[in-house]
Amino acid sequence: MMNGDGTPLLQARQIRKQFPGVLALDGVSMHVAAGEVLAIVGENGAGKSTLMKVLAGIYSPDSGELLMHGQPLVLRRVADAMRRGIVLIHQELNLAENLSIAANLFLGQESNRLGVGWLSRSKEREQARKHLSSVGLDLSPDRVVATLSPGQKQLVEIARALVHSATVIIMDEPTSSLTQRETDRLYQVIADLKQRGVAVLYISHRLAEVKEVADRVTVLRDGKNAGELSRQEISHDAMVRLMVGRDLKQLYPRTHQTAAATKPAPLLEVEQLTYEGNPQPISFVLRPGEIVGMAGLVGAGRTELSEALFGIRRITGGTLRLAGQLVAIRSPIQAVQAGLLLIPEDRRLHGLILPFSIRDNLALPNYDLLCRFGWMQPGRVQELARRMMDKLRVRAYGPMQPVGLLSGGNQQKVVVGKWLARQPRVLIFDEPTRGVDVGARSEIYALMDQLAGEGVAILMISSDMEEVLGISDRVLVLHEGHLAGELSKAELSEEAIMHLATGGGKRAS
Amino acid sequence: MIRLLGVLVVVIVLYLAMIASDPNARTQSTHQVLAGRLGSYGVLTLGVGVLILSGGIDLSIGSVVGLGAVCFGLLLNRGVDPLVAACAVLAGSMGIGLAHGLLVTGLGLQPFLVTLCGLFIYRGIAKWSTQVPVGRGSSDAMRLLLVGGEGDGGRNQILVMLLAAVLLTLFVHGTRHGRYLFAIGANENAAKYAGIPTNRYKILAYVICSMMAGLGSILYLLENGSADPTDAGSWLELYAITGAVLGGCSLRGGEGMVPGMVLGAAVLPLIRALCSFNNVGNEIEFAVLGVALLLGTIADELLKRGTLRRAG
Repeated sequence: MMNGDGTPLLQARQIRKQFPGVLALDGVSMHVAAGEVLAIVGENGAGKSTLMKVLAGIYSPDSGELLMHGQPLVLRRVADAMRRGIVLIHQELNLAENLSIAANLFLGQESNRLGVGWLSRSKEREQARKHLSSVGLDLSPDRVVATLSPGQKQLVEIARALVHSATVIIMDEPTSSLTQRETDRLYQVIADLKQRGVAVLYISHRLAEVKEVADRVTVLRDGKNAGELSRQEISHDAMVRLMVGRDLKQLYPRTHQTAAATKPAPLLEVEQLTYEGNPQPISFVLRPGEIVGMAGLVGAGRTELSEALFGIRRITGGTLRLAGQLVAIRSPIQAVQAGLLLIPEDRRLHGLILPFSIRDNLALPNYDLLCRFGWMQPGRVQELARRMMDKLRVRAYGPMQPVGLLSGGNQQKVVVGKWLARQPRVLIFDEPTRGVDVGARSEIYALMDQLAGEGVAILMISSDMEEVLGISDRVLVLHEGHLAGELSKAELSEEAIMHLATGGGKRAS
Repeated sequence: MIRLLGVLVVVIVLYLAMIASDPNARTQSTHQVLAGRLGSYGVLTLGVGVLILSGGIDLSIGSVVGLGAVCFGLLLNRGVDPLVAACAVLAGSMGIGLAHGLLVTGLGLQPFLVTLCGLFIYRGIAKWSTQVPVGRGSSDAMRLLLVGGEGDGGRNQILVMLLAAVLLTLFVHGTRHGRYLFAIGANENAAKYAGIPTNRYKILAYVICSMMAGLGSILYLLENGSADPTDAGSWLELYAITGAVLGGCSLRGGEGMVPGMVLGAAVLPLIRALCSFNNVGNEIEFAVLGVALLLGTIADELLKRGTLRRAG
């Protein structure tokens, strides 16, 4: 897998990167050769993204070194990396949506013949067409990027990397919003890139894809190298073993399972619910003490359903009953009053006010309990913050630390803590452990288990198959906005979920 | 807190510089004039400051002052009781704020644009309602109370402003409603997901801002004795925003303190006084103001980076 002279194209040695409150990379090393596809896998928070950002010049490492062709490489900014041919394609693509494809391809290196920034349109268009066809896109360079599908945008990003004569292309979760056909197309393009001698770093948590494309796998865990697998050694189990590094049972404690056994009366009954963006009625129930997983592919409408239940998305039909009582939820205000609470998918955007302190975030939805005649009672606020921080074991300097400076796991604990003062009845966790390190993950699972034990009904939306299989008592699978099926604990398997999630329908059992 | 200390130091330095620059600066009348200006600017600064910390902006303040002053004068000239007239002006300005709030929340229009349109509309209505400046009729008692007697520079306005500042401090920093305004300014989405009726609070912020502009319009007419529909109150929105920003409000929302707004409002009158005592021509006054705001902004940014680095 090395070049003729045995030196890797790009190499990282003992990279260390510390962020406030979290050691993201603790001596990570990796190398990749020209024409090789190296997959980097690891759980959320294992340090994949940080490593990528170090390689792309976005972060500079605290210590350790980068080598290119065996020569030390110092990247102070993204432009340095680009100049050396290292291009990172972000998960959320970085295209100027309202410019044309051609304009995007040459953004930052417009042809500059006259030396005055004059753009030679015809030249650009011609060049653009060439690069587009090399990634198998047959589109006019004048098309505005906003009109493209996610898969096409992905390919435009790759074409842009080629414009920058990239020798190393880093793809961060490239398939997260692609259809199967677009994914296949991407694989072809990756094979082409290999032919041209481009090194590809492929970051993904979809292990099936990794098996498909990778020549070699480097596994990260908790910011360290957990192991490496050669082409022959790559298997799903081998990767999971290295990623998790422990027995799964330990990670997913499930002590209270009375609900599954005794089938108490439903706490939340969703009947024929339709909502903005989804005209297909959905019905299901949640029982107290239950953790119900909700699986589905990206775009299956899971987050939309949670938004409808929480009053963010307008409900257009059907009924919701809480403990038998009909409830009308028109906004989060009613949902919160009813004790139907959401831990949103994007905690930085929806769950937290980053510049606010831990204390103020925890207090935010609870001021009705923390005020007397509308006046805030600082003593009560402080007491709540201390109690929640203890209960959830939030690791911070103190309640006044801004949440923006906490690690993902601790931020997530604060989001959960916001609701615990209110005696939740139904808790919806949307991707509860995304970007959360392994240690905090097990604490969050333990907390979910404990809450279920106290009689809370939990709906856990997750794309993390391990987690869905690990902690759910029962799993609902969505496919294109409708409930494709339900799987009991006994029927649970990754295969059964994927079968439903991909529109296969429930198998006769 | 550091921000508050910073602006306090600036105000003290400006004041001492003014005192030191000319013996006339130490007289009682100078202080009365200063108090009057601080009062009249401060009222507007407080209003827009509360709006800014909730993530909004209002460019129509000067026109609301103009229209309010003209309407107040017209009512007084018709023999309406000053108290009734003042209440009508306050109610009308609150109506303007309500309209701004509804347009911003209901239709999702940009605050900058909505209030920019307001700036033209209210000025236009003021000009249309009277072609000549209007006087203040028989409102002597009210003037004596809110502004002060003839020749004392409108000193009582500072008391009106301080009273408003105390009330707003309690509201913004002491009640949950104030906390919600900060939360909305810092991250409206997160506030919504926390079950806060964000639209209602945004509307409230616009109402407070325009109500303070209405109060400013009453003070304006009482102090100046007449209001010219073509220019009464013009530029005041920019003075108010400048004061709020100097006082620590971030235009990004979610940041600011009421006492800081009061101090920020003091910077402008002090700079003007400093210019005039040092015989710097009126012509250059705006440039000095602009530079002061720029320096304040730069200092704030550097301070913020320093804090982040320490926290990191």
